Amino acid sequence: MSPRKYLLQNVAPYGGARTSVLLADGVIAAMGADVSDDEATIVDGRGLVLLPGLVDLHTHLREPGREDAETIRTGTRAAAMGGFTAVHAMANTTPTQDTAGVVEQVWRLGREAGWADVHPIGAVTVGLEGERLAELGAMADSQAQVRVFSDDGKCVHDPVLMRRALEYVKAFDGVVAQHAQEPRLTENAQMHEGVVSAELGLAGWPAVAEEAIIARDVLLAEHVGSRLHVCHLSTAGSVEIIRWAKSRGIDVTAEVTPHHLILTDELARGYDPTFKVNPPLRTQRDVEAVRAGLADGTIDIVATDHAPHTREDKDCEWAAAAFGMTGLETALSVVQETMVDTGRLTWADVARVLSETPAKIGRVSDHGRPIAVGEPANLVLVDPDVRRVVNPDEQATKSGNSPFRGRELSGCVVATFLRGRATVLDGASCDEDVVVRR
Amino acid sequence: MKHLLSAADLSHKQAVRILDTAGQMAATQAREIKKLPTLRGRTVVNLFFEDSTRTRISFETAAKRLSADVINFSAKGSSVSKGESLKDTALTLQAMGADAVVIRHHASGAPHTLAHSGWTHGAVVNAGDGMHQHPTQALLDAYTLRRHLTGAGDPSGRDLAGLRVAIVGDVLHSRVARSNVQLLHTLGADVTLVAPPTLVPVGVEAWPAEVSYDLDAAIDTKPDAIMMLRVQRERMSSAGGGFFPSPLEYTRNYGLDARRLAAMPEHAIVLHPGPMNRGLEISAEAADSPRAVIVEQVANGVAVRMAVLYLLLSGSGATTETNETKVDA
Ligand SMILES: [Zn+2]
Repeated sequence: MSPRKYLLQNVAPYGGARTSVLLADGVIAAMGADVSDDEATIVDGRGLVLLPGLVDLHTHLREPGREDAETIRTGTRAAAMGGFTAVHAMANTTPTQDTAGVVEQVWRLGREAGWADVHPIGAVTVGLEGERLAELGAMADSQAQVRVFSDDGKCVHDPVLMRRALEYVKAFDGVVAQHAQEPRLTENAQMHEGVVSAELGLAGWPAVAEEAIIARDVLLAEHVGSRLHVCHLSTAGSVEIIRWAKSRGIDVTAEVTPHHLILTDELARGYDPTFKVNPPLRTQRDVEAVRAGLADGTIDIVATDHAPHTREDKDCEWAAAAFGMTGLETALSVVQETMVDTGRLTWADVARVLSETPAKIGRVSDHGRPIAVGEPANLVLVDPDVRRVVNPDEQATKSGNSPFRGRELSGCVVATFLRGRATVLDGASCDEDVVVRR
Repeated sequence: MKHLLSAADLSHKQAVRILDTAGQMAATQAREIKKLPTLRGRTVVNLFFEDSTRTRISFETAAKRLSADVINFSAKGSSVSKGESLKDTALTLQAMGADAVVIRHHASGAPHTLAHSGWTHGAVVNAGDGMHQHPTQALLDAYTLRRHLTGAGDPSGRDLAGLRVAIVGDVLHSRVARSNVQLLHTLGADVTLVAPPTLVPVGVEAWPAEVSYDLDAAIDTKPDAIMMLRVQRERMSSAGGGFFPSPLEYTRNYGLDARRLAAMPEHAIVLHPGPMNRGLEISAEAADSPRAVIVEQVANGVAVRMAVLYLLLSGSGATTETNETKVDA
């Protein structure tokens, strides 16, 4: 059976002039107003924006170890629903993704699931313990071809170890993605330290705990001539430090999560652990700063930090609850609402921050490509004009900890194509069997 | 008022009403037969996830004097560190038919979670949650201040307008401080927090209170009352956070001793929520002086908690009566 063809009619690549795009044999076979194909399935793209398939540099798929919260299958299906064609699976699994064997297992499960390409992230240190380097080279040389290394969830706080990691990964063009959290300044910390934490009596998580590590790391990266990626920066001060580092020519990239673009620490007032996240939600001033940083390019990308958790891990008092919120299926909407609808980013910019640059940072060659004939047909079709109410119970992710439950957001994903195959069509995920037979 | 979760939830009117009701309750406690039939047939559960014999006994006494059935549920220890058990415990208590749950919990916000989770339909009374709130403590402190400092005669209907209160000690970790700042402000008093800078929370600037790092200077401003907070000795150790160099230095700078007591205005009173660390935040002379109302605070605690339970639990009954009257008319 030959693979299906799709003809996307009257779509607007990057939100620009309308055209038609033919997907065949896994690539963009033709583009132009007069393109037609009798065998192709027609997708009416009037009013829809066509973007390269989104690439997430920061996803927690939870498998192996916490399949009760998410599996590679459910997580990548959620990714497809959110318009992603590739995700980077964070290393804090059980067992930890700190050996070639485990990263290859994750990579293989991703291929079998077929909803999105899974690029495992390797742990920087054995067991995320922060004591000695994991076998970074073995993970890089494995089938999974790991290029991004992170102890995410924990900070590589030992400065010597961080220096070694930054240096070591140069051998295979890797990058260390740092979860910037000074551990001593955040012992038992529960939420952003400020007016709200003072009133709520929740142990504070100072902005400086993030900023101090970022400042140290950009200087280390400069000193050893390495590239550095900063995960989920969340404070105005962090944006300033990155801006300064870039002005000095330091090879640093930075990400912001959708939730830090829109939510603040005020949400902790109801003690609803849905809003408990690491790094914590900050103030409105910080939200403004990360939006400005994303708009002016100081912040390179948006990454979801999709962190599914079971009901049990969230249905309890704040201090006992797990950190994290889901994000794959709402990321694009949040970026549209905060950045596009406000005129701060164009759709071409969205393609840059949610697809092209994350693919570049992760050294993923077949995603984040231009929408052009001959390129891999990894694409997403977005309807920017609808508004929808988020209902986590209807999402593809296995977990319900979306901070946007009941909230209306802009835009929705109409279709996602992975190498020419529809993983999502008409806003619904495609028959799983079809995807798996690929 | 469905629950009592935070002093911040109380309006001026509600707070004065609780204090007035506590006054009436206290009057009944002077009688030979102290027990009132008011809450007969009602069940009050004391759900304590943290040891506090004093607070539990105070609530238990209050409930029993109102003829309520009391179940003491101590959930401290073993499996309780994990959050799930709050839910399970609450569901169990709901099945037992708790009309009110008095909860003490080490996690800030646990009473709020309990009240809004749907796990229990009863009234929730916060008996102290983490570093957040301890509203009945603030109410008993306000009750005590009103009795001593607002002039002669029955204080009913009065607030604390114009009174000046210094709260001294570990403000950062203190739910007593947070509750008192809010309630005293609501009742019109001026509050000054006195502590070493390490024990004042970042964000305190939003509180309706002055902050001073100098106890002697604060005493020089002639406060009407000084409220000493308990300071845990382990706070000075590195593992405990290293908040001050030594107990000795803490006592020297922030302890209430005979000299500082003497420097206070003659009418000023000394409060302490207990249990005291004698020799650390308060000297024996200060604790045992006639100006210390610390023992009286304990008795007032029972009256205030009777008032709170009465207003929470008979509130629905009162509504029913009104409805019945309407039907009859
Ligand atoms: Zn992280």
